Amino acid sequence: MPETLVFYLLSGLAIGASAIVIGQRNPMYSVMMLIASFGALAGLYVQLDAPFVAVAQIIIYAGAIMVLFLFVVMLLNASRENAAEWDRSHPLRQPAVVRFGGLLALLLVVQLAWALLSARGLAGPVGARGGAETVSSVRVLGRVLFTDYVFAFEATSILILVAMVGAVVLARREGEGS
Amino acid sequence: MDLTLLVQLGVIGLTFFMLINASAILVLAERKIMGFMQQRYGPYLVGPHGMLQPFADIIKLLMKEELRPKGADKWLFTLAPVLSITAAFAAFAAVPWGAQTTLFGLLEEPVTLGVADINVGILVIFAITSMGVYGIVLAGWSSNSKYSLFGGLRASAQMISYELSYATALAAVILLAGSLSLREVVDGQSGAWLGFIPSWYVFLQPVGFVIYMIAGVAETNRAPFDFPEAEQELVAGYNTEYSSVRFALFPQAEYINMTTMAAVATDLYLGGWHGPFLPPEYGWIWFLLKVGAILFAYIWVRWTVPRYRYDQLMHFGWKWLFPAAVINLILTAALVLYFDA
Repeated sequence: MPETLVFYLLSGLAIGASAIVIGQRNPMYSVMMLIASFGALAGLYVQLDAPFVAVAQIIIYAGAIMVLFLFVVMLLNASRENAAEWDRSHPLRQPAVVRFGGLLALLLVVQLAWALLSARGLAGPVGARGGAETVSSVRVLGRVLFTDYVFAFEATSILILVAMVGAVVLARREGEGS
Repeated sequence: MDLTLLVQLGVIGLTFFMLINASAILVLAERKIMGFMQQRYGPYLVGPHGMLQPFADIIKLLMKEELRPKGADKWLFTLAPVLSITAAFAAFAAVPWGAQTTLFGLLEEPVTLGVADINVGILVIFAITSMGVYGIVLAGWSSNSKYSLFGGLRASAQMISYELSYATALAAVILLAGSLSLREVVDGQSGAWLGFIPSWYVFLQPVGFVIYMIAGVAETNRAPFDFPEAEQELVAGYNTEYSSVRFALFPQAEYINMTTMAAVATDLYLGGWHGPFLPPEYGWIWFLLKVGAILFAYIWVRWTVPRYRYDQLMHFGWKWLFPAAVINLILTAALVLYFDA
């Protein structure tokens, strides 16, 4: 029973914080709420008997990526964004674009509903279905990552490397031009 | 309630109490050692030899008025010191500081000396300490002051840069120990080589130890890497606008972070509570001695080495420390594979 309570508490926190991220207008608060949401997610991972994934979530997302977000927000000194005036000439306000966005949102809702409905038949938490050992042990996780999923792993590494090199190239071009 | 649980709760309370005291003792130790290094006595008026100076400091800070700049962000300005101190205390939760003990046969099941024994303990400590940067960054931003903002910006850049070297140095020890649990890492260092060299990982990982210590100084924002609060250029850096208790929480968090850093170094490299002459039940004495020695080294470095320039810090972190840590990690991995096979 306390576990269920904690689950609903963490889920509520994650959903509430995420709603605030998109709902309010101070970018600094958005970043903080996103961190809170990640923290709640990490708590959910702990409940699924996956402490390593939980800690990785905190280290990578809450600890590193969000610091960069914060850094950028601070560096640009982005203040409160005020409600934009209705500008019909803005390209994003084109009826075609708005309709396309609406279609995508509808698709997302349908997908979510489908996922939730198909998950209804699953009994018990993930950990109870024999998945616990495969997720919780770092040793097993590492072995699986470097054998079964080695292609995806290396491909992701190269992808990140490409992004990094691209960022460096883009950042340097301006300096050399002058 | 059964006795084991009570004792465990007592141990948790004791850990918390020791951490609070650690910051007070460190403040005094820092001022005294600094004084002696500069050939003066340091604080001398409150109590015998100025030993009660921390109490005077705390009472003075409690009496001060709490100010908040008009343009400051109300919520984040209050939240920042709380985040700092929470992260500092929470990080120590995963640090064991003594062998499991039955209190001389008083208990049936042994209790853990430490708050929690987590099987990914090293990563938990790393994760929580990396959250500590938010306190500093938010303090800098929410104060709505240029000096504070620069302090916060520097803190975030510096901590991201040095976290990498720090984590890579840790990874080499994890490879040697084959475990992410601090307790197992410490137990892997019991005994001695050739009968007299204690089998501590510092002898297998001398480069890693040095990298860890340097990155640790940078992570805790201590001189010579104290750019977030460089007083000659930024007044007081991120905590310029703070006063009273809110201000007091920042140095306290810094000193507790130092203690955590030293305790983790002790567990990872210096054999934790293992040492000659003392029976295992008294291992925590060794632990305290080693932590004290590392903290003394921290203070020693602070009052010996002048502050770097900011670009030198980044240059050093990315072009020297991090490559050294990576090479150390790769070499360690190769050697572990070679000797295991």
